[in-house]
Parts: sequence; C-alpha cells; structure tokens
Amino acid sequence: MESLEPILRSHRFFAGIDKAFSGLVIGCAKNVRFEAGQYLFKEGDDADRFYLIREGRIAIEVAVPGRGAITFLTLGEGEIVGVSWPIPPYRWMFSAKALDRVRAIAIDAKCLRQKCEDDHDLGYEMMKRFMPILIERLHATRMQMLDVYGSHD
Amino acid sequence: MTLSEKAIVTDEGLEALLQALKSLGYRVVGPTLGDGAIVYDDIGELSDLPIGWTDEQEAGHYRLSRRGDRAFFGYAVGPQSWKKFLYPPLQSLWTAKQEGTALQVTAAPVAEERFAFIGVRACELHAMAIQDRVLMNGAYADPHYQGRRRETFIVAVNCGTAGGTCFCVSMDSGPRVDAGFDLALTELDGAENSRFLVEVGSEAGRSLLERLPSRPADSAALAEADAVVARTAQSMGRAMPPVDVRELLLQNPEHPRWDEVAARCLGCANCTMVCPTCFCSSTEDGSDLTGTETSRQRRWDSCFTMDFSYIHGGSVRPSLQARYRQWMTHKLATWHDQFGTSGCVGCGRCITWCPVGIDITEEVRAIDDSQKAKIEGEKGD
Amino acid sequence: MVPHVVRVKKRRREAPQVYTLEIEAEADEQGLVPFRAGQFSMLTVFGVGEVPISISGDTAVSDRLIYTIRAVGPVSKALVELRPGDPLGLRGPFGRGWPMTEAEGKDVVVVAGGLGLAPLRPALYHLMAARERYGEIVLLYGTRSPDDIVFRRELERWRRRLDIDIEVTVDHALTAWHGHVGVVTTLIPRAAFDPEEAVALVCGPEVMMRFAIGALGDIGVAPAATYLSMERNMKCAVGLCGHCQFGAAFVCRDGPVFRFDRIRDLLKLKEV
Repeated sequence: MESLEPILRSHRFFAGIDKAFSGLVIGCAKNVRFEAGQYLFKEGDDADRFYLIREGRIAIEVAVPGRGAITFLTLGEGEIVGVSWPIPPYRWMFSAKALDRVRAIAIDAKCLRQKCEDDHDLGYEMMKRFMPILIERLHATRMQMLDVYGSHD
Repeated sequence: MTLSEKAIVTDEGLEALLQALKSLGYRVVGPTLGDGAIVYDDIGELSDLPIGWTDEQEAGHYRLSRRGDRAFFGYAVGPQSWKKFLYPPLQSLWTAKQEGTALQVTAAPVAEERFAFIGVRACELHAMAIQDRVLMNGAYADPHYQGRRRETFIVAVNCGTAGGTCFCVSMDSGPRVDAGFDLALTELDGAENSRFLVEVGSEAGRSLLERLPSRPADSAALAEADAVVARTAQSMGRAMPPVDVRELLLQNPEHPRWDEVAARCLGCANCTMVCPTCFCSSTEDGSDLTGTETSRQRRWDSCFTMDFSYIHGGSVRPSLQARYRQWMTHKLATWHDQFGTSGCVGCGRCITWCPVGIDITEEVRAIDDSQKAKIEGEKGD
Repeated sequence: MVPHVVRVKKRRREAPQVYTLEIEAEADEQGLVPFRAGQFSMLTVFGVGEVPISISGDTAVSDRLIYTIRAVGPVSKALVELRPGDPLGLRGPFGRGWPMTEAEGKDVVVVAGGLGLAPLRPALYHLMAARERYGEIVLLYGTRSPDDIVFRRELERWRRRLDIDIEVTVDHALTAWHGHVGVVTTLIPRAAFDPEEAVALVCGPEVMMRFAIGALGDIGVAPAATYLSMERNMKCAVGLCGHCQFGAAFVCRDGPVFRFDRIRDLLKLKEV
C-alpha cells in the first residue's frame, strides 16, 4: 500500500510544496475512485471536500429547468475540482460528474480549514496555490460569458 | 524647344481657347455661379465664368460677394473638386442579364467624354496627382478613372487670391502650379481688357497656344506674375503646424483631443464629400422587377458613416471619436504609409464646409501643443 | 473588376445557420483561379450584393471552390439559400494567406474559434498533405456548443490519423457531450508542441484571437511566429474602396493574415 504523501506531492497543485506543509495536509487526504457517470458531488450538497484529479475527466454541470443539465466546464488530470470549500456557506454551487473512470485525492475541507486556522503559514501557502486557479477560472468564465461565437444581431 | 514658354493673352485669347477646345471635341468645364457658390459646370463661353466675383471663406462659412474689378479667377476653391468628373459620385460597374439558364455579365464601358478643365488650382493639381497614385498606380487600376484621366486637358490657374481657409503653402502644394498641366494662366492687372500670362506645360498645351492670338511675355509681365503668386502665398488664411504630423498623430491615438473634437463633430461627412483626395466608395447591387437584369454601381462613401466599418455584430467604429480619428489620421498620417505622400493639399474645403467649423490645422496644433507642454513639464521634474 | 459567373454544385448544412457551398466554373469558362490557404473570394448573389468569404477548401483541388458561410446578413442569407445549379458571381482570390512555407520545419499549432476553422481548413489540408515537412501539428478548436461544430466528420477522420493532435472544446454542452468544455485558451498550456519551435495560426472572433494569442505568448510562442486572420468590411477587395483599413493596412491586400508582432499595437487600441 503506497503512502499517499508522495502521490499528493506529485500532483500539480502541490508541486514544490514544503515538506512540512504536505505533512500537515496529508492528514486530511484520502484516495478515492469514481466510475463513469458517478457524481463526485451535487449542487446544494455541503462542500466538505475538494479533489485533486490524478486520472480521468470530470464535467461540472448545472441543472437548467427545461434544458436538462448543462456542462460548462470539464476538468482532468492535474486539475482541482471544487472551489467553494474555503468560504462560507461551504455549499456546492454546481454538480461534478465523472465522465470516465476517475482516480483522485480527496481532501477533507473541514479538516484543512481547521489546520489553516491553526497554522497561518499553511493557510497562506494554500491561498497562494488556490488564487491562481480561481483567477484563471474567472477569466475563462468571462470569456465564455462573452459568447464570442454567438450571433450578435 | 523648351516647354516652359510663356506668352500673354487677353480675354479674347481666352475665349478663343475655350472655343478651340470645344472644336477639338472636349467637354469644357470650369467654375460657374450656381446654388450660391462657385461650382464646376459646363462652360459655353467666357461669360459663363464668375467674372468679378469672389468668395469669403472661414471655418463653417462661405459667401459670395462682388469684387470691385472684373477678375476672371478672383476667388479660391468652391465646394466641389475635379473628382466630380474624374471619379463621379455614381458609376455603373457592370450589368448582368439572364437569358434562359445562361447569365451574361457585361462591364460598363469606359466613358468616352474628354474633359477640358478650366481654372485648375495648384492644390487641385496635387490632389489629382494624389488620386492618380491611389486609383491608377497601385496593383489594381480603376479603368473608369484611368479612362477619364488620360484624356483630360488641363488649363491651370495660379491663384491671385488666397482663401480664408487656404493653407497650401504649409502643405507645399501651391499657390504656384508646378507640374501636371497643359497650360497655366496667371491673371494680371489689365487696363481695359484682362491680361493673362500663359505658361506652356505640355506639347498639347503648346499646339493649342499656337492657335490663339497672343504676344510674347516681356520681363515686366513675368515679374508681375511672380508678384501675384508671392502676394497670394503671403496671405494664406492658415498654416499646418510645421511638425511631423504623421508621427504626431500615430503617437497619439488615445489623446483626449479626439474626444473633444468628437463632441463638436456631427458625423455629417461634408468634409469627405468636398475633399479633393477622399476616394472611399461603396457598391450597390440592384435588379429590375423580374430579377433577370441585375447591376452594380459604385458610389461615393464616407468613413464617417456607421455602415462604413460594419461587420456582423456591429460597426468597428461606432463612436464619433473613432470615426473622426480615422479620417484625420488617414488623411495626415497613414496616407504616407500607403501612398508615399500626405493626403492633404491644404485647400481648406473641409474647414469651410464643416457646419461646426472644425479646422484640421487647429486640431493638429492642439495635439502638438499639448505634446510640447507635456515634454516641458517632464523636463521641469 | 467584374465577377465571373460560377455555379453551385453542392450545398450542405454544417450547423445552425452555417452552410458549405461547393462551387464550380461554368462549362465554357477557363476554370477557377488557384488559391493559397487563407485567401478569400468576393461572392455575388446577383441582384442582392457581394460579400468576402474565406475559401475553405483544398488548394490542391483545382476544379472546385468551397466556402463555409454563416447566414448573418442579407447577402450571406441569400448565399446559403442558393441551390445546385444556381449562378453566383465570383471575384478573386484575394489577400495574403497563411505562412505555409515559413512554417516548414517547425511545430504548427492551429487555434480555431467558431467559424474561424473555415479559413484554417486549407492550411490543415496542406499540413497533412505535406506532413513530413512539419514538426508536431496540433489543432485546438473551440466553439459554442457541440451542435455548432463544423466539419465534424472530417475532424473525426483527422483524429484517426496518428500524426496530428486534435482537441475540441465547447463553451457549454448538454450532458451527452463527453468532450472538453471550456474556453479554447485552456487547451493551450497542455497542448503537445514546443512553443519555442512553433508557428501559431489563429483564426476566430477578434476577442477570442486576442485571448488565444495571449495564452500562446504566455507559454513562449514568439509574437513573430504567431499569425492571425483579421476581418473588416470590404467592398472592392483590391485596396480602392477604403472600407477595410486597419491602421495603415488594407485587410484585403495586406491581410487578411497578419503576423502578430506587426499589428500588436493596433490590436491594443479600441475601434481602429
């Protein structure tokens, strides 16, 4: 049974992280697996964990009455699924579904939030790694919002 | 045999010139009175010219008034330019006819009219040379412009009066005509009848002069003609600031002055209609009621219209500020990159005919002044 | 310049409001003028008007011209209504095309947005036909939704080749779509090519091109190795009507393909 820490450290999100910090985070981490079609989480659920994807692809979707479920983002290996966990009300805004077999590391959000409170250096390290992802997603979302390919009559 | 021969003719000689041109089959056009302005139209005889008239021109202002004398060319330029004839506002390009399943497209024939232009000013000669470069000397030559231009006979005039909005001196395009004409006239003070110094500019000009009653020009007449031109050159209404205008405008695409002028500009496109070098055009397709005969026409267009830059989704330049900037930057800056010269000849028409009196020399000066002030300010730090 | 009469040979629907027309010369005419990838033609619907349309076919095919047209205005709407046998007017080809020769020996990354794939398709045909002259070839194609994907069968066929990399993404999708969802720029950092040895060919809505070029620059693709295709209003296509001016350039004659470093400053300005 391989230790999870080297696997955690090899994920892009934690690339180059201080050993002391990964040692702290590992206490909140566990290995998970999803089959194609399974949901990692659903809209409205408590945002109690986020995922580092090791393998496979995930669709982020929202249910739109009359149109069914719309996927507005897909994520894959090396990426993070779940950005609602750091801030109250700690609830998922969207659903995440595995498109094929997914292997991931699930990080318990409550556990990590507590550790960040106790150790602000860890907290700052986590925020530094998280912000670029959020900003990139914000930019990408804005581009999608512009609907550049749509008709503009 | 040098081409720069000079002679003196009186109004009798001038009348003979007009009739000789007509007998040679030219359509003679020149300045006439019409619609409260001096406009280019057919000239039947000498008395069709606006003899004894002059114009008062200022920013957004044009009035005709009588002179105290009987000068034939005692005015500056009117709202029209010779592009009215060389590059007409409406030009048929082709017609297509359906015959059964076959469709035949026929190019519009090149006009067979040969024009003789009477009274072409130096700035207008420069403008024609500029339009030649645009419409004939690129990779593609416009056949209609080329056809009309090639046959044109030009009787130029050295200006005896500078208009209130003229600035040809600062644009190096007048008031003396230097090239591109067949005959050039300078109006001299006549005791009883009018006197003109005639200068030959081409073989065609010489053979025509030989048919007219004239006498050789003496040195007194030559000196008088020089004085006329010098006097005109010294009484320009305006001047383009002596700076590198191209560099200035290309460096300042986001200058607040563009917003300032846009607040005044109406987007009426008068400036582009009266400008002798503006060449933008559009095409319009049409059809008869049955759809068996279709056609395309070219018509003048203006970068000031909203449609001008329209692509699906909207106009690329929806704001007046962007459209004004486009016109002025093209005319004074990017024209250099495209055609090797400025697009402006200093005729002043855009200033006169702008309903709100926007003056491009003033706009350039404003941007230049603010630029200089900024540099001075930075030096002081 | 007078249009030649040509005929519609085939008409196919690609996506909502998007049709591909296959054009052939009249029987007694000399035939069609060869074109280069990235050039465009002026197409006339007699009695309606004329518009510039990029040629989206194979430069190696000499007896047909292919256009993929989106019906957005009166002329394009009339064009897509034409049926086999109907006449239309053709002028061209015009413009500067993609730098297929300059790109030889390099990796080539093609970034297409929406209908921008149409003017890039001739470049892709050429890349695949002369495969050995290029390094890695990557196509990144983004569009609105799976229904808006054009040339779908061809994309699938190209994907089956083992020597080019194709990634398709959409802005949003129903759950039946199992491909990428997200803006096309997100495909760039992970694409399999060497940015320092690459030439990029970019075409799509202007906003998308700016973002894509930004992302390409971020990973190290040189501005002088990045090419894009600009679009402007055109009436004459020969540099005489003035409509297509973009700074000092006439898009019909100096473009529509431009090297990015040469127009970078212009792209930063609004309403040029």
